Amino acid sequence: MLREIEGSKAVAAAVAACRPDVVCAYPISPQTHIVEELSRLVKIGQLDCEYVNVESEFAAQSVAIGASAVGARAYTATASQGLLYMVEAVYNASGLGLPIVMTVANRAIGAPINIWNDQTDTMSQRDCGWLQLFAADNQEAADLHVQAFRIAEELSLPVMVCMDGFVLTHAVERVDVPEAEQVDAFLPPFTPVQRLDPDDPVTIGAMVGPEAFTEVRYLAHRRQHDAIEVVERVGREFAQAFGRDSGGLLHTYRTEGAQTVVVALGSVTGTLKDVIDDMRDEGQEVGLVTVTSFRPFPEAAIADALAGASRVLCLERAFSPGRGGVVEDDLRRALWDRRDDVSLSTVVAGLGGRDITSASLHEMLQRAVRGELAPLEFLDLDHAAVAAHLSAVGTPVPVTQGADS
Amino acid sequence: MFQIRIHGRGGQGVVTAADLLAYAAFKEDRHAQAFPSFGSERTGAPVVSYCRISTRPIRTHEPVLAPDAVIVQDPTLLTAINVFSGLRPGGYALINSARPFSTFELDPATVKAVPLEHRLTVPATDLAMEHLGRPLPNAVLLGALTAVTDVVSLAAVCEAIADRFPGALGERNIAAACAAHEIIADKIALTSKEANGAA
Repeated sequence: MLREIEGSKAVAAAVAACRPDVVCAYPISPQTHIVEELSRLVKIGQLDCEYVNVESEFAAQSVAIGASAVGARAYTATASQGLLYMVEAVYNASGLGLPIVMTVANRAIGAPINIWNDQTDTMSQRDCGWLQLFAADNQEAADLHVQAFRIAEELSLPVMVCMDGFVLTHAVERVDVPEAEQVDAFLPPFTPVQRLDPDDPVTIGAMVGPEAFTEVRYLAHRRQHDAIEVVERVGREFAQAFGRDSGGLLHTYRTEGAQTVVVALGSVTGTLKDVIDDMRDEGQEVGLVTVTSFRPFPEAAIADALAGASRVLCLERAFSPGRGGVVEDDLRRALWDRRDDVSLSTVVAGLGGRDITSASLHEMLQRAVRGELAPLEFLDLDHAAVAAHLSAVGTPVPVTQGADS
Repeated sequence: MFQIRIHGRGGQGVVTAADLLAYAAFKEDRHAQAFPSFGSERTGAPVVSYCRISTRPIRTHEPVLAPDAVIVQDPTLLTAINVFSGLRPGGYALINSARPFSTFELDPATVKAVPLEHRLTVPATDLAMEHLGRPLPNAVLLGALTAVTDVVSLAAVCEAIADRFPGALGERNIAAACAAHEIIADKIALTSKEANGAA
């Protein structure tokens, strides 16, 4: 149903339409409104499920693991430090092949403490074995949850749905909220491949020694590859069933004839589309690739989408200190065969809630078109503040090398 | 696209005001987006919220930097921050106050682009006290806004208020919003009468 609704409430409604058996969560900004709304739906009897208030994020993920292991459809949500606090259990969920769905309302990681949006939290879990789907807007955030349960249960792998904290979670926008009847036709009841049952006891997660651990990990690697086809197909089937192109591996926007193409994830892609329209009107050939599925990384689809580009700009809301972009490394591999014909620049933007304005994006894209971008830049970096700090504390001098001995 | 920025303090319903505008615009089949400027919310701290209304889907997620209208829920903010920053030429400035707009000592540059007839005040807190018994000026100011722009109608705002606050609370807010609408509408009628008389 078409509604004017807060992103968090749209997600809660979509999750409820998926009929989870267990919802467990510990509140943390900016995820709170999602689980508050789910608890309200349970309390008023609109959602028939076990809502478990837990004492920490570690407990939240552990309860989700337990629930999923006995064959329940399990959901949780978190953000930032909360995600870090549950990390041990996060790896267990994927290692055990449990199809949990979790929303992460993307938020920066401290210190310094910061409650605002960037994507450092989920990027830190790049290699945890979960699928990671990024929502570009609140419509996609709602829709991705419906797809996430299908994908997770088909693959027996957990799926993280990542949505920009505050920017999306707290924005009231028009969303066609998936209805339970529509979802029932799209998402079959959960049939676990294995489950814990006292009447038919099995062990899951038993110790695996050096003789087989590599094989277990190799199979997990294969399953991530298999997931590419599943994410793509479920996205296509969702479009057929719901009448909107939402989800899947990636979306391209005005890439035809574009020499310069931006690759980005999340809510910034909406602002980028407006900027790209303006630049196209000015006669500049720029386009956008929105990556929805970051894990699995759709390398072939990305290479296809970027086939016509000679300048690729990776816009990231997180980075690896001392190195550069996180998505950049994956892009570099996708572009490796064309390394002599294409340049790749990374722009780190919107850290800790810094607004990404269309004016800054426009200026940056114009510089990209002219080939003026450095391999790594930080959007709107306050160079004067950095210089003042460095002059106050001095530039560090290596003390272990060349010191008098 | 019509963009509104609302300035107030934590506890005054700044975020709710932007939400109500978006719900009202949705009722009139427009696309609308409302969101707060996020911070550690504390009662009394300056808070900003934004609303965009358009006939086309809204894709951007940047803050409203060049608003068509600025609503100031708390006039004590006028000396603290430049609430009218980026206000578009021909835009609207609406302050919650019983005093005339001209009595505020504002930097002339900040309101230069605002036509005299778009410089508005309405005693929203007084109206809220009268109708609600609580100093909540947010819905009242929306009633005033609908008197000067047709971006959303008073009826749609009233419907949005009724949905959000069912029962007596909604009814009282609606009464206060309608009173504010009338005050501004009367002022406009008076101004145009004077202008016609002078001509």
